[in-house]
Amino acid sequence: MKKLSLEQLELKATEIREDIIRMLENAGSGHSAGPLGLADIFTALYFDILKHDPQKPNWVDRDVLILSNGHCVPVRYAAMAHAGYFERKELQTLRQFGSRLQGHPERQKLPGVEHTSGPLGCGLSQACGMALAMRMDKQTHRWVYVVLGDGELDEGNVWEAAMLASKYKLNNIIGIIDRNNIQIDGPTEVVMPLEDLKAKWEAFGWHVIEVNGNDIESVIDACAMARAVVEKPVMLIAHTIPGMGVDFMEYDFHWHGMPPNHEQAKIALNELRTLKGKIRSEHE
Amino acid sequence: MSERNLVSNLMSKNITTEPIRKGFGRGLLKAGQLDVNVVAACADLTESTQMHLFKEAFAERFVEIGVAEQNLVTVGSGLAAMGKIPFVSSYAAFSPGRNWEQIRTTICLNNQPVKIIGSHAGISVGPDGATHQMLEDIALMRVLPNMVVLAPGDSIEAEKMTIAMANDSRPNYMRLAREATPVFTTTKTPFEIGKAYVFEPGNDVTIVATGTMTYHALVAAEKLYKEGIDAEVIHVPTIKPLDVATILKSVRKSRAVVTAEEAQYTGGLGGTIAELLAEEIPVPLKRVGIIDRFGESGKPDELLKHFGLSTENIMLAAHIVHDKKLQN
Repeated sequence: MKKLSLEQLELKATEIREDIIRMLENAGSGHSAGPLGLADIFTALYFDILKHDPQKPNWVDRDVLILSNGHCVPVRYAAMAHAGYFERKELQTLRQFGSRLQGHPERQKLPGVEHTSGPLGCGLSQACGMALAMRMDKQTHRWVYVVLGDGELDEGNVWEAAMLASKYKLNNIIGIIDRNNIQIDGPTEVVMPLEDLKAKWEAFGWHVIEVNGNDIESVIDACAMARAVVEKPVMLIAHTIPGMGVDFMEYDFHWHGMPPNHEQAKIALNELRTLKGKIRSEHE
Repeated sequence: MSERNLVSNLMSKNITTEPIRKGFGRGLLKAGQLDVNVVAACADLTESTQMHLFKEAFAERFVEIGVAEQNLVTVGSGLAAMGKIPFVSSYAAFSPGRNWEQIRTTICLNNQPVKIIGSHAGISVGPDGATHQMLEDIALMRVLPNMVVLAPGDSIEAEKMTIAMANDSRPNYMRLAREATPVFTTTKTPFEIGKAYVFEPGNDVTIVATGTMTYHALVAAEKLYKEGIDAEVIHVPTIKPLDVATILKSVRKSRAVVTAEEAQYTGGLGGTIAELLAEEIPVPLKRVGIIDRFGESGKPDELLKHFGLSTENIMLAAHIVHDKKLQN
């Protein structure tokens, strides 16, 4: 796939956000804050970082992308449609009967979705299994990227996987934590404090890189650095703004599991359209 | 006995015994030799679950997970996603006891051919007590779409079953037992996933048994014959999908049924057969198994007796359903 310029990537992220708003409004249910916050990371992944072929989703040399926090799947669907896995109009079938775009992603429904997820805490373990299999098969040219939510880190299963990846020095895993500081019941540090998060992962034997997850260039650079690390798996702690790009959603945990209604969607789309690629500069 | 290809000294006190899990260990080693994609992972019970034979032969295809059963099955899911055929083992109390949701989502809904091995199932685990005597595993696994549920009768069948599992494209669960139990099948006894086998033909009562209880059912049938009941014994190593045709064919003839298993019969083999008969052929039914309670410490034999899982319990149940049938 031809690589996009930074300006084109930022425009793509905005288009993906617009599609997320339309999909959620149309579906009438689903999660808003996480997908909007992850739009820059998924743009960076699908349009720069990942080695993949939308025409051949099962290409044997592809990188694997796992979305462990499956509820954020609208951003993945939107990015996949823009990358050419399927037509954009199918995005409007999200969560509807008969759709390939299930409320939480299912491997057997949609080519290009590598695994079924939704119940939290399982993605990193599956990434470990995939990374171990790649190593057994001496596939040193492939990477497993796994996106995790920060609230998801409450799950013990994540830390079981963290120990295993470290034990087997699975440097072919690059984890990306969506550190947006919210979960359903409120701020992560109130519901179940995660800090010192960097120290936790380092104590588990991981190389940790902190990055602005709403800065596409930084995400691309961080992944390049991550691929250069040997002997350790790498975790990116990607600081993101939940609801990024839509003023009334940003930082508000109430938007974790809520879709916009028609009026709210209109306001959101107007904001996104007028700001276009300049969204980030409004908040820096 | 030659027709069924079972051992000739079935009723002898000197029948050879061996833990079922040993057959699994040999089968896994063979499966590993037959297919380079067969891999194994264990949660800190490698020798106990008999995976050490595979580990010693194929160190680079073995993953030691540590005491982390949730991770065990989800790593298995990831291995399968990359084309591997992973066998993942622990004690049944912990896997599938602890990690049911991970099995549901990442293996069954995801439809990955992970082979879950639950060792030390049943009351006969003995002195370890109720925490380790897994009795609910059949029920837990049987309700999951895509899952195949297997319970071998002895170590020889476990060996054949393991090799068959490696060639099966579905998620599988196999329950194993700790103690040495009679080896009553031979290398010539047929085995296929999805098939039930008439090990003893008869007309008066159908005894449907799984796992180690099939041996007790065969002994019971032999004794029942002397008491005037000609029982047919059907061995069900595959609890799901159930070989409905073989069972219904027998029940149409006998019109009285006993089930036998070393597990909670609610949701287990007994539950399976009760559901089938209620819809297809409602006939007198008596289920031998654990009745809605936990086990306790003790010697395997005294526990089996105390919890009503002996040859005598099967015989009594056969008399009850036979009498009921005659009264109807």
